[in-house]
Amino acid sequence: MGDNKGPVEGCFQLMGGAFANAGTASSELKIVLTNLGVPQDITRRAAIAAFEAEMNVIIHAIAGTLHYEITPERIHIDITDMGPGIEDIELAMREGYSTAPDWVREMGWGAGMGLPNIRKNADTFKIDSVPGEGTTLEIDIFLSGGRNADNK
Amino acid sequence: MELGKVVELLGGTVVVSKKDGAFDITAVCTTDMMSDVLRFARRGELLVTSLNQPQVIRTAEIADIPVVVVVLGKKIGKEMIEMAEKMSITLLSTSLPMFTVCGMLYAKGLKSCVNGR
Repeated sequence: MGDNKGPVEGCFQLMGGAFANAGTASSELKIVLTNLGVPQDITRRAAIAAFEAEMNVIIHAIAGTLHYEITPERIHIDITDMGPGIEDIELAMREGYSTAPDWVREMGWGAGMGLPNIRKNADTFKIDSVPGEGTTLEIDIFLSGGRNADNK
Repeated sequence: MELGKVVELLGGTVVVSKKDGAFDITAVCTTDMMSDVLRFARRGELLVTSLNQPQVIRTAEIADIPVVVVVLGKKIGKEMIEMAEKMSITLLSTSLPMFTVCGMLYAKGLKSCVNGR
């Protein structure tokens, strides 16, 4: 992220159902942002958004990838999965709507807050999904000039 | 409220102690749903939960929550302890139920993570 350096990038493979490692990608992103000196509130927003997206892949998909790119202007995160896809994105964006099975809820997930939480913490949010194929999510968190999330 | 006072108040056990853990806890998030932690908790708060899964620790680390209290004397497994050690999260255990823990903390002046209510 330095003046003469290119973007800082990373990519993680995510496996559906792999709860033991769930969140590893987001934790590593958080460490990278902290080491780059990104302000705590922005780091926290990026980590939360990435974590929710990562958990969606672990819970719902067969597999996926989480890729991030950090430039002086923004943190870009894209998550692509091979999963069931989302039939009704508008419905999925509502707080409390969830298709997670009971065993996932018993582990503390599946409250139907994932996508709303991601959108809340991101400055840009784009989701595309094909039922039966998978979902792609792209978000940006601006390093300056972005809105302030109220859950710092 | 300092960590030692929280432990004393709840009759709790310190399962994992963060080495540089000097806390001044002013607010509490109480839930078993991890997305609620990510949505409502604020940096530096105390998390009270009955969930004894390692994912609780991961969630606390992502959300900058330094202290987790597991209620009802739930058995805390090796994986959760190791994750708390790795992520420098202080982990407490108490045999008290969630309602009682929240009542005791509220009576001592701590507030909810949701708008301080």
